[in-house]
Amino acid sequence: MLWNTVLLALRAIRRNLLRSFLTVLGIVIGVAAVITMVTLGNGATKSVSDQISSMGSNLLIVAPGQRFGPGGDGAPPFKPADIEAIRTQISAARLVAPMVSKSVTAVYQANNWSTVVNGTNDDYFEAGNWEIAAGRAFSEAEERSGKAVCVIGETVRNKLFGGQNPVGSEIRIKQFACEVIGLLESKGQSAMGSDQDDTVIMPLRTVQRRLTGSQDVNRLLVSVSTGASIDDVRDQVSSLMRERRNIGENEDDDFRVMDTRQITQTLTSTTRILTALLAAVAAVSLLVGGIGIMNIMLVSVTERTREIGTRLAIGALEREVLLQFLIEAVVLSSLGGLVGIALATVASIGLADLMKVPYLFNPGINLLSFAFAAAIGVIFGYFPARRAAGLNPIDALRHE
Amino acid sequence: MSEPALIRLTGVTKTYGEGQAAFQALKGINLEIATGEFVAIMGPSGSGKSTAMNILGCLDTPTAGQYEFQGVRVDQMSRNQRALLRRHFLGFVFQGFNLLARTTALENVELPLIYRGEAATQRHATARAALDQVGLKGWEDHTPAELSGGQQQRVAIARALVTRPAVLLADEPTGNLDSHTSQEIMELIAGLNRDRGITVLMVTHEPDVAAHARRVVKFVDGQIESDRRNAEAA
Repeated sequence: MLWNTVLLALRAIRRNLLRSFLTVLGIVIGVAAVITMVTLGNGATKSVSDQISSMGSNLLIVAPGQRFGPGGDGAPPFKPADIEAIRTQISAARLVAPMVSKSVTAVYQANNWSTVVNGTNDDYFEAGNWEIAAGRAFSEAEERSGKAVCVIGETVRNKLFGGQNPVGSEIRIKQFACEVIGLLESKGQSAMGSDQDDTVIMPLRTVQRRLTGSQDVNRLLVSVSTGASIDDVRDQVSSLMRERRNIGENEDDDFRVMDTRQITQTLTSTTRILTALLAAVAAVSLLVGGIGIMNIMLVSVTERTREIGTRLAIGALEREVLLQFLIEAVVLSSLGGLVGIALATVASIGLADLMKVPYLFNPGINLLSFAFAAAIGVIFGYFPARRAAGLNPIDALRHE
Repeated sequence: MSEPALIRLTGVTKTYGEGQAAFQALKGINLEIATGEFVAIMGPSGSGKSTAMNILGCLDTPTAGQYEFQGVRVDQMSRNQRALLRRHFLGFVFQGFNLLARTTALENVELPLIYRGEAATQRHATARAALDQVGLKGWEDHTPAELSGGQQQRVAIARALVTRPAVLLADEPTGNLDSHTSQEIMELIAGLNRDRGITVLMVTHEPDVAAHARRVVKFVDGQIESDRRNAEAA
């Protein structure tokens, strides 16, 4: 009986190809939209957190803050001695890199490019998760002596040197010439959207002497040893800096210690909200698809009431008619669900590539959308049919 | 006593609606039909002839009274039992043909056999033979839209015959056909009765069509007005 009913269901699908196609289409669109949106959202979240981890993990950023209250000038910057103090007094501070930034125009032959020079030390490369693509980082001797050497980012290389190898060439920055000793591996955009490769890195002392003319340090990057508690180190850095900056017990900090986890959390929660929003929009399209299916199924059952009457008259049992409609609905919904998943996979991979976010297969959303589509198909295929099959055969036959 | 009648209605009534709006379509019908008869049921619109036909065909149930089919009480049967009775003993031909649209003649004729659970090869052979009998050899793969009205009714007759039913119930089988085609269809039905001994019950309001039957039962106002043998058709 089951096989015969399957046969009847398949014949019914075949002889109403347009109706079957429309039913399947409704499910396909809904399922594909939801899966694609969620998959791309997950990819975007992943890409943001990847970018953040490219900033360096376990990283504390110490920056001067605004002092509040009367006579509130800008808080004083840090001094090179602060670096040594953190390094010697806080054992879990594995790397400490100063940062002095200055906007400059770099010139090579006929090319010039406005960029930012960052003065720092050798720790910066590791703390900031930078790899050297060509050449080398600067040595301790170069750092100490404030030699005019620099390591440039990919963007600067492109603008000044085109595709050429810049190592060994000299670029002009303001009034001095600076030897390019290394090229940074490209990192691309930061999580905030700025170009991380648009940078020139020099020894701290070189920048201080030749560009800023002061001992000031704008920011400190502190990399925490793996295994050490970031919060503990953060507290230690805080109290050390309070002490060194002579901040009284009742006064607020005049500096901020940020940690990359916070940035990560803020940004990932933002992308999560966006993903949820997109998924909600997509869910509406799944719902609309569902209503479409419902519509087609309801209309077709009305049309098919006479057919149900005929089947009952020639000896079909009510349960055979119902089973046939159920199988039709299951076959169409499953087909729609599977095609939707396939379409979503193709679309997600293509769009992820276009948007430069990773493609992450998410079995949960695939299953969920499939189940939802199947449920809609079955509910709206089955229940109207149940009404028709419950009629007296003669009433079903006379149905107009 | 002779063997029990194939069909026996005793005091059958059918009431539609309730209370003030109630309408009695059948007012106590007594009718016996023996195996091999060809009965035409006639009467004006609203006389109750179609209601009687639907009850005889187990498509509807009487409000009161007894319906015995081969000595078994149909009025006490469940929905499923009536469906099985239709499946195994009855064949239907409707005024509007009621073929499945966009479905080939062969698949339409196969339908009752599928519900009977017959195997595919036997099913195809039986259905082809039935189409051959109604003169539609070569038309197996045509859908109703590709067939004339007379051909569609032939497919419907083949569908009714394919299970070798005890009774063929035809409700205005020629109602949608021109007079020439009607004649052909009636000859086909009369032939099935004469040559294969199938009991035929037919509702019609056309005297020409009723003339093919050997017995004519006239309904008026929910009651049987006359019941007589048709000597010349016999």
